[in-house]
Amino acid sequence: MDKFTVHQGVVIPLDRSNVDTDAIIPKQYLKSIKRSGFGVTLFDDWRYVKAGEPDMDHSKREINTDFVLNQSRYKSGSILLSRENFGCGSSREHAVWALTDYGIRVVIAPSYADIFFNNSFKNGLLPIVLEESIVDKLFSSVADETGYSLIVNLETQQVATHDGEHYHFEIDTFRKHSLLNGLDDIGLTLQHTASIRDYEAKRQQEAPWLFYEESEG
Amino acid sequence: MTGKTLYDKIWDAHVVREDASGSTLLYIDRHLVHEVTSPQAFEGLRLADRNLWRKASIVAVPDHNVPTTSEHRGNGTAGIDDPVAKLQIETLNDNCRDFKLTQFKIDDIRQGIVHVIGPEQGAILPGMTVVCGDSHTSTHGAFGALAHGIGTSEVEHVMATQCLIQKKMQNMQIVIKGSVAKGVTAKDIVLAIIGKIGTAGGTGYAIEFAGKGITDLSMEGRMTVCNMAIEAGARAGMIAVDQTTIDYVKGRPYSPKAEHWDTAVNQWQDLHSDSDAVFDQVISLNGAEIKPQVTWGTSPEMVLAIDKNVPDPSQEQDPVKRVAIEAALEYMGLEANQAMTDIRVDKVFIGSCTNSRIEDIREAAKLAKGAKVSSNILLAMVVPGSGLVKQQAEKEGLDKILIEAGFEWREPGCSMCLAMNADKLESGERCASTSNRNFEGRQGQGGRTHLVSPAMAVAAAIHGRFTDSRGEV
Repeated sequence: MDKFTVHQGVVIPLDRSNVDTDAIIPKQYLKSIKRSGFGVTLFDDWRYVKAGEPDMDHSKREINTDFVLNQSRYKSGSILLSRENFGCGSSREHAVWALTDYGIRVVIAPSYADIFFNNSFKNGLLPIVLEESIVDKLFSSVADETGYSLIVNLETQQVATHDGEHYHFEIDTFRKHSLLNGLDDIGLTLQHTASIRDYEAKRQQEAPWLFYEESEG
Repeated sequence: MTGKTLYDKIWDAHVVREDASGSTLLYIDRHLVHEVTSPQAFEGLRLADRNLWRKASIVAVPDHNVPTTSEHRGNGTAGIDDPVAKLQIETLNDNCRDFKLTQFKIDDIRQGIVHVIGPEQGAILPGMTVVCGDSHTSTHGAFGALAHGIGTSEVEHVMATQCLIQKKMQNMQIVIKGSVAKGVTAKDIVLAIIGKIGTAGGTGYAIEFAGKGITDLSMEGRMTVCNMAIEAGARAGMIAVDQTTIDYVKGRPYSPKAEHWDTAVNQWQDLHSDSDAVFDQVISLNGAEIKPQVTWGTSPEMVLAIDKNVPDPSQEQDPVKRVAIEAALEYMGLEANQAMTDIRVDKVFIGSCTNSRIEDIREAAKLAKGAKVSSNILLAMVVPGSGLVKQQAEKEGLDKILIEAGFEWREPGCSMCLAMNADKLESGERCASTSNRNFEGRQGQGGRTHLVSPAMAVAAAIHGRFTDSRGEV
């Protein structure tokens, strides 16, 4: 996984609550067996006029000019600003892959759905929780200024504006450490192989039916 | 010391280690795998040259992408028209072969929706920790298990380590006081709960459902309730073990063998919250007040009883909510203050991991018997949750009743719940659906989904619009 330390980027405002993972990446693209290539179909239903299919040339599709991703002022954006309960619904990690593949490195919202939040950290995408009043303020700043950008510092856990305001955000220490160092969770867990084996041996004594090699059927 | 909740008990029994920050390695007993969220995990294992920690913990099945018409199901994966879908299912076949995993393939009678076949095979047992790369894994909490949906990176992590890195959630109890009225189903109960607490109301919690309205339910009904815990934001929903649970589990292929049965049942007796357990939040609903529910918007929390009117955004004080209501009405093609019973329907879908079990099909057939699907309905389909559910329904003659009434009787799969296969809505079409999500475009771009129980779906099919299913029997 890529390291995340400091990121500066243009903010893309997506002023909706309950943005679900079906909206982030519609189901027809989940048939892919790869982790990459989802950026071009990020927010597909909102971004294009007609429904897309996986085998299309997406550069030839008619775009919905009202949608933020299609507005020139947000073209280079890499920080997504949204509303409460972002990423609700399906567990599809494809939603995170679509955001990162598009170039999003940070999401800022008042709250997230649990599975999406968790998936983000596994892919170097930083989901930041800021109070609703601050999010409101950021939405109006973005509307007022073309090219409005923010600086996100993971080490100091701060979002900074160009006029010198700083907003602190909370993050779990384990997740922060993993992101800062680009660590692989599986490698970390496998350092505890002996503990897992010990647990299994004890558990198998207590509940042998959990360890059947195959069903009776 | 205060008592423990059911969640506390299962959590404590699965902690391998915990670090100072509370980050915990939680041991996983059962891992369900399907074709959509697993290929990248298998690929990750291969790239890192890692093997699976405990193969026997995995049960795999293709469900999201499979066709449901009989002409496409006679010939295994060769019958799938869509080359992209076909490749994904073949990839699951290849991965299960290479890693030597148990898979119920597309033409196996045991194939079906992962959250239907797991319990059906006895692969979900009380006290287990269960994961699957699918948010509706919360279903399995109905067995007094701790079950939650995970992303693909976590699928790979569990495959490689048998553990999940987790922080403990908070405890919420939702009590349905007293019995629900006759004709009110598990789906109505859970929709009413989501209407009350909202789609983010359970975020960060494990929800335990309790009270007479819950314990009265069959295992099928309990699975329907826990299935939609995620639509209230909770990764895990659960229900204490009782005799209903134990009776269901007994004698299934993966259940404890005779020599272990008594020990298992003895351990399972403790799988309930202690009387002095403390929940971080407790919410109560009066069972008698719950009526058949219909969603009107594009989030499961946008739900009302059938006798209500569509909300009026001008009455909403909160500006963010007002905008959401306006956007939902626009997308759904509905007018403020319109009676729910005036909403006409184009298609009807009975199926999904929420409502495709034998009890659901029986309920549908009971209402459909002797009736006819209304002439304005373009398609009414019943998609059983598994090959075994289908077989059982056919043994009982339910398929004939449904076909006679004008429903299509399909092969098992996720089907139009998420429309990854050919079963989908056209833009602007309105569907009465027994599935779990009414998001924009969920059942096809521009499609309009109303979530209901199987009984309400049949009533809508017969009348061509929503109506109180309790008038039908």
